[in-house]
Amino acid sequence: MVSAQNWLAPLKTVGVLALQGDFEAHRSAVLRAVASSSDFPEVQVAEVRTAAQLAACDGLIIPGGESTTMLKLLEVENLMGPLRDFASCKPVYGSCAGAILLARDVMHPPQPSLGLLDIAVERNAYGRQADSRIAKITTEDGSGMQAVFIRAPIIRRVAGDVIVLADYEGNPVWVEQGRHMVTTFHPELSLSGDTRVHQRFLRKL
Amino acid sequence: MYLSDEFHLKTGLAEMLKGGVIMDVTNVEQAKIAENAGATAVMALERVPSDIRKDGGVARMASIRIIREIMDTVSIPVMAKARIGHFTEARVLEALGVDYIDESEVLTPADEEHHIDKRGFRIPFVCGARNLGEALRRIAEGAAMIRTKGEAGSGNIVEAVRHIRTIVKEMKHLTILGKEELVHEAKNLGAPLELVEWVAANGKLPVPNFSAGGIATPSDAALVMQLGAEAVFVGSGIFKSADPEARAKAMVKAATYYNDPQKLLEASEELGEAMRGLDVSKIPEGELLQTRGW
Repeated sequence: MVSAQNWLAPLKTVGVLALQGDFEAHRSAVLRAVASSSDFPEVQVAEVRTAAQLAACDGLIIPGGESTTMLKLLEVENLMGPLRDFASCKPVYGSCAGAILLARDVMHPPQPSLGLLDIAVERNAYGRQADSRIAKITTEDGSGMQAVFIRAPIIRRVAGDVIVLADYEGNPVWVEQGRHMVTTFHPELSLSGDTRVHQRFLRKL
Repeated sequence: MYLSDEFHLKTGLAEMLKGGVIMDVTNVEQAKIAENAGATAVMALERVPSDIRKDGGVARMASIRIIREIMDTVSIPVMAKARIGHFTEARVLEALGVDYIDESEVLTPADEEHHIDKRGFRIPFVCGARNLGEALRRIAEGAAMIRTKGEAGSGNIVEAVRHIRTIVKEMKHLTILGKEELVHEAKNLGAPLELVEWVAANGKLPVPNFSAGGIATPSDAALVMQLGAEAVFVGSGIFKSADPEARAKAMVKAATYYNDPQKLLEASEELGEAMRGLDVSKIPEGELLQTRGW
């Protein structure tokens, strides 16, 4: 059967979980990342608030925001199951609150999570808003990156085949395991427009 | 200033609160209920606006003990209010380490001419506004978030609607003007030209724009969000209702699904009675809270 898809590049859909948080900033960051290189096929970005919207995506970003708020809504709206099913075959990236939701273990205080990566995170580990910061982190290729940390968690433990892609003050801040990835900082709010994190995620689609 | 790292961190926290509900709480028990319901932040204060309205007297910054207890109890951001122009109350809140300071018309103003110069603080500020000129003056002073004022403690959405509609309409108007017209418009608005030009180019405020003052039901929250607010503050609406826990959860759901009538219907069911509202036109001029701020 011949369809329009055959002669156009296949259109991928990046979902951004839009229950709460800076999902708009992630939408812009994905579009900036796509525009940064001709290697990327065209993508569309979709806000995800329901299981049906999730099913139409090729990958999902869980944005920054309040992890407790997102968790309550995921539970009340029965989205935990669909999210786990989605993650069993498609890539998920979480920034800050998203990282907390994707971790195996959450501390300070403990709370349920999806457990997609073998990491333990401590919430609000740098302190309160007065301790939020923009800092230079060290990436694995040694080039460094300006990173925005807002009431950020710290990854206290990585296990299994988790790969550390960047660290700051001796703690991992950008890690991946298989198709999933997290950052404890907010590349979507980058002042310099650095799109390396989103580019890496787009290559997983 | 708007491109500095420090200002970016201040607006950054507001970005994290988008699509959520910030709830007024007066004690630890209420703060827990708010957090469990899915509030993105709590506003710690001594009396909710409807009680301030009822009790009268001077309304000041909340007691440090109450704010500290709430900060020690919940893991979500904690905001607190300082009086308009009362920069030492704000310094005390900064020293305490709250996550956001609301320079609020709900408290009795300390200065009837000047607001706090918020640029010199490490903690971000939110300020109320009824129109674009007021919003841009507050941003020029360093506010990293604007909330439309509405009429706090009234349980009546009419003023919140008026204020968000006014700001959105005034922003749209700027986008069709020529450069020389913007100079004149800056004069009319009483706002810096630099900010007027930014809004004209972008069609929105350079900081997140939330809504407050009179939001009492899930539909109220969805209404102001459909009109352009990016999140909502709910003051008396939750803890002055018949079933605060259920109402808090319903408000959180409404802020997420503000564009989904089926979900709004679910959020509106089995809520018990909403707070008793006031006809804003019957409130004596001198008792209006929204006219505080200059």
